[in-house]
Amino acid sequence: MTDPADHAAVAGAGPRGLTQLFWAFSWMSLQGFGGVMAVVQRELVEKRGWLGNQAFIEDWAVAQVMPGPNVCNLALMFGDRHFGWRGAVTALAGLLALPLALLIALATLYGSLAGHAEAAGALRGMGAVAAGLIAGTSFKLLAGLRRHPLGFTLVLAFAAAAFGALALLRWPLFVIVLGLGGAAWWLTWRRLRREV
Amino acid sequence: MSALDWLYLLAHQLSISLLAVGGAVTLAPQLHRYLVDGQAWLSEAQFSAAITLAQAAPGPNVLFVAVLGWQIGGAFGAVATMAGILLPSSVLTLALARWSSRRRDSRELRAFTGGLAPLTVALLLSTGWLLAEPARAHLGAMALVAGSAFASWRFRLSPLWLIAAGALVGALGFA
Repeated sequence: MTDPADHAAVAGAGPRGLTQLFWAFSWMSLQGFGGVMAVVQRELVEKRGWLGNQAFIEDWAVAQVMPGPNVCNLALMFGDRHFGWRGAVTALAGLLALPLALLIALATLYGSLAGHAEAAGALRGMGAVAAGLIAGTSFKLLAGLRRHPLGFTLVLAFAAAAFGALALLRWPLFVIVLGLGGAAWWLTWRRLRREV
Repeated sequence: MSALDWLYLLAHQLSISLLAVGGAVTLAPQLHRYLVDGQAWLSEAQFSAAITLAQAAPGPNVLFVAVLGWQIGGAFGAVATMAGILLPSSVLTLALARWSSRRRDSRELRAFTGGLAPLTVALLLSTGWLLAEPARAHLGAMALVAGSAFASWRFRLSPLWLIAAGALVGALGFA
């Protein structure tokens, strides 16, 4: 099990039971327009004090590194820490259940309205914005890689190659992740080792 | 959808779960490749609608996978696609969190996050590129894509405002 000393700062603070855990994560998730993580930080760390800020940052790093949605991984780890696997499942359920119900309702509503030009137009507009937002996120991420161990030129080369293979050549994801991703990881590891 | 189809779908979801290295939305191109191009279980419009609605609605964006499942086969589809995509990565995460006693800031970890960062850039851009396909026919829609990309890159606007603006522009017929 996880080392309790990591979280000694908030020993004793936490959800009282599975029900509170479920509702806490439900409440956080329903406020998360465009990014639940920020809400989770505000609620868990600042408002409820269920997690110390340093511990949050460490958890976030692991959640980010592991495959899968960050916020889902974080919920799993947090729930597991307090109530074992049942806590993990409950926290995840809190994060997903109510928003899913809402989303299905929206999808069904859209389905019945899809014939109307305004509704179809609105969705096209929102889709265009969603595309732009995701592209914008990639630009922000790229801008932050200027001081990457591999050097910006190599970063651009990897990104361009992966983009070409995925978006233009439509190769399967696992080839790109294992191939290009693996190569980038190995090269980065070597560059970091030389720093020591 | 036959029973065998559902089995194949579940197997596909399980197989890509561990590839979601930049968050769930980076799985979109692969899901498009399988569900729309390959199996033709969904149309372009349905796929695009799923991601857009999940982005606009509160909650983790990974829920777009559940919407795709819903579109294919109702509640059962939603549960199957979500469970498939979450199970392997969740088990791995919990296993690592429980049994790892190493310091979190190890060279391997930094190499992992650092090494995958260029890939994540490409995955996100590919997803944006894919989602922008329906917009290519309309100048207004392309303007929305470019505008939102610029706005989210340079400014700290809440995505909700941009999405609402997009809905309005679209509803009025300019996109």
